Amino acid sequence: MDFRFSPQEEAFRQEVDDFIKKELPSNWVEESLYWPGGYGTIPDFEGLSPAGERFRLRLAEKGWLAISLPKEYGGSGRSHIEQAIFHERLSYQRAPGPGVATLISAPTILQFGSDEAKREWLPRIARGDIRFWLAYSEPNAGSDMAAIQTRAVEDGEDLVIDGQKTWSSGAHVSDYAWMLVRTDPARPAHKGISLIIVDNKSEGITIRPLINICGFHSFNEVFFDRVRVPKKNIIGERNRGWYYAMAALDFERLVVPIGGFKRTFEELLEWVKESKRSDSPVIQNKLAELAIDIDVAYMFFWQTAWMLDRGLMPNIEASVLKLVATELSRKLANTAVDVMGHYGELEGGAKWAPLHGRMCTGYLDCISALVGAGTSEIQRNIIAMRGLGFPWA
Amino acid sequence: MDFGLSEEQEMLRTSARDFLHKECPKQLVKQLDESEKGYSPDLWEKMAGLGWMGLPFPEKYGGGGGSFLDLVVLLDAMGYNVVPGPFFSTVVLGGLAILSSGNEEQKKEFLSRIATGKLILTLALTEPSARYDAASIKTTAVAHNGNHIINGMKLFVPDANVADYLLCVARTKTTGKPENGITVFLVDSKSPGVKCTLLKTLARDKQCEVVFDKVSVPKNNILGGLNHGWQVVQDVLQKAKVAKCAEMVGGAQAALDMAIAYAKERVQFNRPIGSFQAIQHYCANMVSDVDGSRFVTYKAAWKVSEGLPAAFDVAVAKAWTGSAYGRVTLMGHQIFGAVGFTMDHDMHLYYRRAKAGDIMFGDSAFQRKIVAQELGL
Repeated sequence: MDFRFSPQEEAFRQEVDDFIKKELPSNWVEESLYWPGGYGTIPDFEGLSPAGERFRLRLAEKGWLAISLPKEYGGSGRSHIEQAIFHERLSYQRAPGPGVATLISAPTILQFGSDEAKREWLPRIARGDIRFWLAYSEPNAGSDMAAIQTRAVEDGEDLVIDGQKTWSSGAHVSDYAWMLVRTDPARPAHKGISLIIVDNKSEGITIRPLINICGFHSFNEVFFDRVRVPKKNIIGERNRGWYYAMAALDFERLVVPIGGFKRTFEELLEWVKESKRSDSPVIQNKLAELAIDIDVAYMFFWQTAWMLDRGLMPNIEASVLKLVATELSRKLANTAVDVMGHYGELEGGAKWAPLHGRMCTGYLDCISALVGAGTSEIQRNIIAMRGLGFPWA
Repeated sequence: MDFGLSEEQEMLRTSARDFLHKECPKQLVKQLDESEKGYSPDLWEKMAGLGWMGLPFPEKYGGGGGSFLDLVVLLDAMGYNVVPGPFFSTVVLGGLAILSSGNEEQKKEFLSRIATGKLILTLALTEPSARYDAASIKTTAVAHNGNHIINGMKLFVPDANVADYLLCVARTKTTGKPENGITVFLVDSKSPGVKCTLLKTLARDKQCEVVFDKVSVPKNNILGGLNHGWQVVQDVLQKAKVAKCAEMVGGAQAALDMAIAYAKERVQFNRPIGSFQAIQHYCANMVSDVDGSRFVTYKAAWKVSEGLPAAFDVAVAKAWTGSAYGRVTLMGHQIFGAVGFTMDHDMHLYYRRAKAGDIMFGDSAFQRKIVAQELGL
């Protein structure tokens, strides 16, 4: 055993740190309200900032935007441990960059797409030319994702799409929908779904904002009214979309904002010291508990990366990682507001608000952490069924 | 033993809930939450017309002659409907303090005007230390030509932005024990030197910074005697904690009712999500939290209402209810999933108030410390 980074890993970590320091404005980390684990305060969704855009393109030039892709498609073919190091450092600085296209779509296309699809989409994704939004959820298909009803019907060289998606994060600042549609209603639910890429500029698409409880416009409801899409935009085989979406869960395993927890915790710790509250045994106990939780979450994170590099399937570890990290999101917010007391209630912009009101916004955004991308209940079902071999209740 | 409400109290609860359901829809709640003022003068007038503002005051001061327990029943109903506005500040923090500690003249002057809805009051207690102990009172009041001159800053003062009078807790003696040098002043908010800044908070509860810059207050406006102010504060804080619990009990019940209704109606995997054991267990945990909160809160309220020693019970109620309301609304959010994460939904109104209610007058950890003291630790 050896819990240290190798010299190469250490060097890469330093390289990422240096890069961020050089390319991201120095006030970014303080001013970003991004809450680790939450979906309501992701910086890119509230509107693209010039500084964030510049950083994203610099990542792309470096081959780091779609870091998991092979070099021939514009990535840098890094190991899982290196990807983990990269994401840890990025989230520690609350840096913008990777999104649905790079984290979910690119590896899916690489594994299941045709050569033509790979050539068409992967280099553009790696260059940062295009952004995707995740078009899975519908009003009646939340946890029960296979219940989607949005239809795609063949008409000549095209498919014609009718239906509605919802909780569509970032749809308003993206170029394409990465979308699940029902292509064969006669088949069992899981076996009649296809994965397709839809241009946001297509006629018949209406995007309506939904304001989340943090007051941010992060997600939308999106309506499709006779939207025509070329058949070639289907990824992989028709009616196999459900299985691709499930497989994509494996690609997202290391996309946990682990560094964000550490950063936010450090800021809380600093505030407690500066405001001379460190002598309270109650506060000491609460902070110690958080430090322990974060350390445990880190271990699940590195363990998952290590297993993936050895070709092992981290079924339990990865689901536990997601569960631990999101529950940590709520615990961190709650503890922070408790420790800060009345100061924790102040929103950003209010006189006296500490840390730009981050903890107050976090108390709201942490609600989304255990709901988005598979609720905690679904995560526990996955742990029980995939990890422990229990039957579906 | 009798754990039930009286017939009159049941009627008050039902009629208050019905009235608020009709007159204070959630659309109005959200609108008021986002407004500067934070209350509707129209609704305020109607509430006064129903006798709510004067409920716990004797009839000779224009009140309804009700008990503290009656007021708790009303606050429970108000919490259920999350009514924005300075009712709590005026009636509990201002009115009950004057009722307990004021002289006859002060009671006559203030209570009758509170009862008719003509006066808004609040308590200016905490300072930048944000603590609720006597040693944290740094604002000073110095005698000068028969008046007192107040200097200092109060922070996290609820509803000061609309208050006509502030009960300002100031230090009048710097020697001896911190508890023995404090005086409460009734300060006209329009006095020269009073400056109020509204702070944007999690629960939109209109907390303010209030600066007192050489504010002159006549001697007659001392409440409860010179250097006897901490007793006034202790007395009103005890009632305020129970009153806040009552609001939280109502709010937690509402959150539970909403979540149960949704769990029965929302279908996923071809059945209501309420048929899944995970969701059932959440609801079971919520109902034990809500019922537990109600029991400890009403016990504390009854003791306070009867004038019995209640330090232990009040701390237990605040510690338990403050935490429980948070757990209940968090579970409520979990049951609602993504739709609960939208501003248009109502659950966040409760979730925000749960944290604000827990923090106000000392959070659960602070209350547990009092419980430990009461246990002789």
